[in-house]
Amino acid sequence: MAVVVYLESQKGTIKKTGFELASYGRAVADALGEQLIGVGFNLQDTKSINPYGMDVLYNVDTPEGSFFNADRYSSTIAGIASKEKAQVIVVSSSADGRYLGPLLSAKLDAAFLSNVVDLPTQYSPLKVKRSCFTNKAFNRTLSQKECNILSLSSNAFGLNEQQGDVEVRSEPYAEATTDLEVTAIDQATDKVSIADADIVVSGGRGLKGPENWHLIEDLASVLDAATACSKPVSDMGWRPHSEHVGQTGKPVASNLYIAIGVSGAIQHLAGINSSKVKVVINNDPEAPFFKAADYGIVGDAFEVVPKLIEKLKARKH
Amino acid sequence: MNILVCISPVPDTTSKINFKEENTAFETLGIQYVINPNDEFGLTRAVHLQQKVGAKVTVVTVGDTSCEPILRKCLAIGADQAIRVDLQPQDGFQVATQLEALCKKTNYDLIITGRESIDYNGGMVGGLLAVHMGIPYVPNCVHLDLSGNDVALEREIDGGKERLKSSLPLIVGAQKGLVEEKDLIIPNMRGIMQARQKPLEVVSPIEVTAATLVEHYEKPPEKGAVKLVDAEDIDGLIDLLTNEAKVL
Ligand SMILES: Cc1cc2nc3c(=O)[nH]c(=O)nc-3n(C[C@H](O)[C@H](O)[C@H](O)COP(=O)(O)OP(=O)(O)OC[C@H]3O[C@@H](n4cnc5c(N)ncnc54)[C@H](O)[C@@H]3O)c2cc1C
Ligand SMILES: Nc1ncnc2c1ncn2[C@@H]1O[C@H](COP(=O)(O)O)[C@@H](O)[C@H]1O
Repeated sequence: MAVVVYLESQKGTIKKTGFELASYGRAVADALGEQLIGVGFNLQDTKSINPYGMDVLYNVDTPEGSFFNADRYSSTIAGIASKEKAQVIVVSSSADGRYLGPLLSAKLDAAFLSNVVDLPTQYSPLKVKRSCFTNKAFNRTLSQKECNILSLSSNAFGLNEQQGDVEVRSEPYAEATTDLEVTAIDQATDKVSIADADIVVSGGRGLKGPENWHLIEDLASVLDAATACSKPVSDMGWRPHSEHVGQTGKPVASNLYIAIGVSGAIQHLAGINSSKVKVVINNDPEAPFFKAADYGIVGDAFEVVPKLIEKLKARKH
Repeated sequence: MNILVCISPVPDTTSKINFKEENTAFETLGIQYVINPNDEFGLTRAVHLQQKVGAKVTVVTVGDTSCEPILRKCLAIGADQAIRVDLQPQDGFQVATQLEALCKKTNYDLIITGRESIDYNGGMVGGLLAVHMGIPYVPNCVHLDLSGNDVALEREIDGGKERLKSSLPLIVGAQKGLVEEKDLIIPNMRGIMQARQKPLEVVSPIEVTAATLVEHYEKPPEKGAVKLVDAEDIDGLIDLLTNEAKVL
């Protein structure tokens, strides 16, 4: 019996979400008295997982130049999970994690539970807290299946370091079951993505136009943050769709969310609510965002933000 | 060509969420149900394909009679026919299994689901159905082009896009970008009149138990008041974020 976690990586390096999943998986494995097993693809730094108490790491080699393939990845992970008799499998809430989860669940006849925000409170049958209604509420879900795939919300558990010396094994890459093929990836490699970012800086219609977005970008750059925007901003084409956050856009669960010139409509707040600390900068003291934020400045973004950038730059040096 | 668009009825995005029966059930009183926004992008793309390549568009909902106005709206937007599977589902697994039964009776070349329903945020129906049917699935789909049996697609990934190719049949998970907000079709009087004449078939569900059950709901804890910092006191804000919130 075992707990299996999927370790996402970029260019062979395990991502932070991987360490969070390992920390969570360790806690689950301890509660069950089982082994914690990781599965990664083309990893080059398997040692980086050592401080997270993992017992075994399957490092799967895929043909050179091949891309993430949800079908083959999920079949490979499902194969390992069956072999190790996994009871719980944890994936992240990234685009790839949420792609794999349902495929794994169908391949293993397991239940799929998305948006998990805490450790299970019981294991047979499994019961766990999840967010629902795009973070407007939570529920406690009881599984009816023996094997469960959990998709952990990012930053819901955090990192938990401990000693470990992982045993690395290899595993063949499973064959494709469909003819779907990835042909290319267009990735902005110089930018932090919203899913991976600790800090997100977001702009709304209060910024008046795309020509003012240097304020958002400069602030994001001194903070190593990702940039985001409200829905109308992306609908008007001021910013790409991929930056639209909220109930109908991307969810944000960063440590710090800074909203500038965003009114705080219910659909916007729903998507960013699980961020730990929220800061609002808005010239209207009645803007609904002030009810959702932890810290706020009532002021003109065009005066406040440049000063904030200056001060943060000075602080860095 | 046959296209199936799966429609999840969800509470209007402005809804206040409340629970009843000692927090074991969602309070639907006063809730206005709408087409799940992700599904609406998918339906719009399907209607474009209907006009372009002569596809026949069927919409389907697994739900009780209260879902019929939503299906009528889909017909007014341009779908040719609607199916309602007569079951109030408890989870996505049940939905996917009902849809599988339907897809085994009729061949659909393209099945469109939404990326996720914005009520339970499962994000699972499309993926489950794809594995059950043995066909590919592309979630977060922001581009879909058909040429004969070949399909060119784009999937939004964290920090970028991925380009894919496949052949039919195929399932995609729609979201904004597959069509733009301005392309969404607002039904006109003619569409609404026509929708009344279009077929809405009710089919009996197959026997299948849910994989998960929701036992209890809770709302997030009340938030404390915002700490306001003077617009002149930028150092004060940085200090609070560094030393109190510890996020810098
Ligand atoms: C079905 C549906 C789904 C939706 N989903 C989403 C979603 O996922 N995400 C989302 O964001 N929205 C969503 N919306 C839209 C939402 O209802 C709001 O319309 C939107 O969030 C408002 O965007 P905004 O705050 O940028 O603009 P506005 O509401 O116009 O707010 C601009 C703010 O900027 C402030 N401001 C103006 N000038 C300045 C200045 N100089 N300095 C500082 N502040 C200034 C103003 O006081 C105001 O509060 C959805 C709507 C619908 C109907
Ligand atoms: N009750 C339902 N009837 C028909 N389709 C559904 C239903 N629930 C979900 N779907 C489809 O599956 C997608 C993903 O839903 P979910 O897995 O619940 O997040 C939705 O966008 C719909 O396209």
